[in-house]
Amino acid sequence: MTQTESTVVVRVGGEGGEGTITIGDIFSRIAARAGLEVYSFRTYPSEIKGGQVLYQARIGTQRVMSEGDEADVLVAMNQQAWTECNDHLCSMSTLIYDTNAVEVPESYGGVTYPIPATEIATDLDWARGKNFVLLGALTCLFNFDWEMTKAVVERRMQRHKDTLTKNLAALRKGYEYIQEHYTAPFDHALPLPDPDTIEERILITGAEAMAMGALAAGCQFYSGYPITPATPIMETLAKYLPSFGGTLVQAEDEIASINMIIGAAFAGKKAMTATSGPGFSLMIEALGLAGITEVPIVLVNVQRAGPSTGLPTKTSQGDLFLTLYGGHGDAPRFVIAPDSVKDCYYSMINAFSLAEYFQTPVIVLSDQAMASRLETMPWDTKLWNPVLERRLPTEEELAEDYRRYKDTEDGISSMALPGMSGGIYLAESLEHNEYGYPDQDPANHEKMMKKRAKKTETARKLLKDWASTARRWGEEDAAFGIIGWGSTRGAVREAMDLLQKRGIKVEAIYPHTLLPMPDEAMLSFFKHKKAVLVPELNFSSQLARMVEHRYYKALYKLNIQFHTLAKEQGVPFKVQEICDAVVKMIAEEEGC
Amino acid sequence: MGQLKAKDYKSGVKPIWCPGCGDYAVLNALTKAFAGLEIPHEEIVVASGIGCSSRFPAFIKTYGFHGVHGRPLPLATGIKLGNPDLTVVAVGGDGDGFSIGGGHMPHAARRNIDITYIVMDNSIYGMTKGQPSPTSPTGMHRKAAPYGTQETPLNPIMMALSYNASFVARCFSNKLKEMTDIIMQAIQHPGFAFIQVLSPCITFNDTYAHYREITQLIPEDHDTSDLAAALQLALVTDTQYLGVFYHDKERLGYCERVRMVQEAAPKMSLDAIIENYKR
Repeated sequence: MTQTESTVVVRVGGEGGEGTITIGDIFSRIAARAGLEVYSFRTYPSEIKGGQVLYQARIGTQRVMSEGDEADVLVAMNQQAWTECNDHLCSMSTLIYDTNAVEVPESYGGVTYPIPATEIATDLDWARGKNFVLLGALTCLFNFDWEMTKAVVERRMQRHKDTLTKNLAALRKGYEYIQEHYTAPFDHALPLPDPDTIEERILITGAEAMAMGALAAGCQFYSGYPITPATPIMETLAKYLPSFGGTLVQAEDEIASINMIIGAAFAGKKAMTATSGPGFSLMIEALGLAGITEVPIVLVNVQRAGPSTGLPTKTSQGDLFLTLYGGHGDAPRFVIAPDSVKDCYYSMINAFSLAEYFQTPVIVLSDQAMASRLETMPWDTKLWNPVLERRLPTEEELAEDYRRYKDTEDGISSMALPGMSGGIYLAESLEHNEYGYPDQDPANHEKMMKKRAKKTETARKLLKDWASTARRWGEEDAAFGIIGWGSTRGAVREAMDLLQKRGIKVEAIYPHTLLPMPDEAMLSFFKHKKAVLVPELNFSSQLARMVEHRYYKALYKLNIQFHTLAKEQGVPFKVQEICDAVVKMIAEEEGC
Repeated sequence: MGQLKAKDYKSGVKPIWCPGCGDYAVLNALTKAFAGLEIPHEEIVVASGIGCSSRFPAFIKTYGFHGVHGRPLPLATGIKLGNPDLTVVAVGGDGDGFSIGGGHMPHAARRNIDITYIVMDNSIYGMTKGQPSPTSPTGMHRKAAPYGTQETPLNPIMMALSYNASFVARCFSNKLKEMTDIIMQAIQHPGFAFIQVLSPCITFNDTYAHYREITQLIPEDHDTSDLAAALQLALVTDTQYLGVFYHDKERLGYCERVRMVQEAAPKMSLDAIIENYKR
């Protein structure tokens, strides 16, 4: 028996460097190949080897929205995996463990599958292969086809040819061990679809989906500096960008990264960088430069828990304020917050559209959990919104008195590219006139501030016609609401399903563009609400504060109470935490 | 194209520099070099950081980018990689290049990015009115160093050589013809070209007389392909040698290397890449 009928949560725990993440990752891929839906969660220490690591894969026969609260199946590679996870196992949980490394007290009442993994691997003269013994056992329990299992391992481990044969032998031994010792059906096995009917989907991490989105958008230049957890975006693009005629530079630091992409974008290329909090902090000065010189750039901030070095490998949503407001002086920028792996792909296309069209920096806010997890998604190339391009000067404009920063009605002025005859201008970090030359006249300064700010208003109008500037779930007339952003969506939606079963009606809204905010959708959401809960993975409830500030008039008029649920522990929300907070909010509101 | 003159490359914007500033000579030399090489205005970008000398791009009639403090090299690198057909020149001062932006030159040199970097070195912060800079001599007294500076000055030529920059030269604002000639060589060099210009600040650190006294042209028999010989010349500081210290004509520029990578890369469509994620 499993927590929900259609999904199973499998958790693998072990020492870093033991291949824990490897088998978790491969297990996810095997499940996806078998036709199941997958949603993974990984947490690892910032040390390369050593430290406890955990990989959680939730697999299901229908779309999986979160990593799941409790483990149905725990694969323990060491004692700590068992002791740490013990509290999180429910009474129905099953424990699969290496008898040579884990001691389970006799009093434990759950179902166990003791496997002498280290012993089996050592017999093969390949003690390191104990992780593959356990993987073999796990896949056999789930009735995954041996040939398919083998094929996935071969593919994933193809770069380690020297150890592949040994690992396959270990995998086989584990698979056979189950066949020989356990004949009764496995409690958590899911019905597998007929291989011929499996719908074509891809299994991809959020970071990879962002890289794919960038390629789809026509990104031609990337410059970045290694930082956990954003690096996989750079590594994915490093592999593919040259095939598209693009260039990737690993810069000497984040300051160089952003200045390089500003240069490349000025020269005419679609350009981006990706970083995490510490790197984003370093980029703030040049973010203003892109704002005042009106150069289109796309930045990805894969948030991790701060402040300072903080918890480099753990997830957080603590950079919202920095992303929205960081920088001196006022300059326009747009912020997009994807809420799923699929969304990561489309958000990058949208980000390039907005950056190029409005000649403004656009920041896409992801987080460690979303960037590093694998999710199955259906693959189609249909775009959600029109792709917008940079406005280049017409021949007439270039022929006479070209003004790069012409004060137009919508705030957007055509952007000449170096090489264009007649388009010569100065991209000037000082306040400048319409030609780009320095001009400190008070009236000019105000005029140019307004010119740049107009782009935000133009964008606000344009975005009204876009799909997905805000998503809403649940019933509009619900008196209680949830406002969230980014990757908390899965836990919130599952919580709403559970609440609905208990007869509790809630509506949720996830603004997708956080700058500019989708005002119409927000105001319409507020209409029937009595109180709203704002769950966030940060310490100071940043979205709640921003929303309260922006909509204080409406909130006051409608007498809507704000309840916050701030969690800054480095780990995602559990579904139960959301449920409890909603119930508590309702009790408090109804009580008074 | 008709006969281009240096003045055709001037924007007409009046420089903010004090009369007698060494930077005027650099403006003249660079515009002469552009004219001499007959590079069309629109195919040039001059990028800069912050400081008196970094105001440069406003004074010339080419595309320009006046960026933030210390970052002309990454900015120029991005511009050149964004469009390798452009002639890209980065300019700035000693504070911009060797203090706040000191971390970028080794990497521009290491990449051998095809740009020319001209540092107008006046050994002082001029725009903020006379604080010591990384190339100020030990014991210099200024408001921010009332008891004299305690640091030893950097040696920019030594730095560039030790970073293995492929073109390293020193000029003096008082020697316009030599400077023009060296800038022309630097622009034609397919790789990273570094030029230190001794460019006195007439207001806060007037070193004209001093440099007239201690500068001398690099001996004619110096072999510019000999890095060790170049380092020997750079080590001499009581005399400041002027001219090309080092010129590696063999090394490939970064744009060429990038082009080779692009050419060798398998041609792929997004759909083909996505196939990898289906298994």
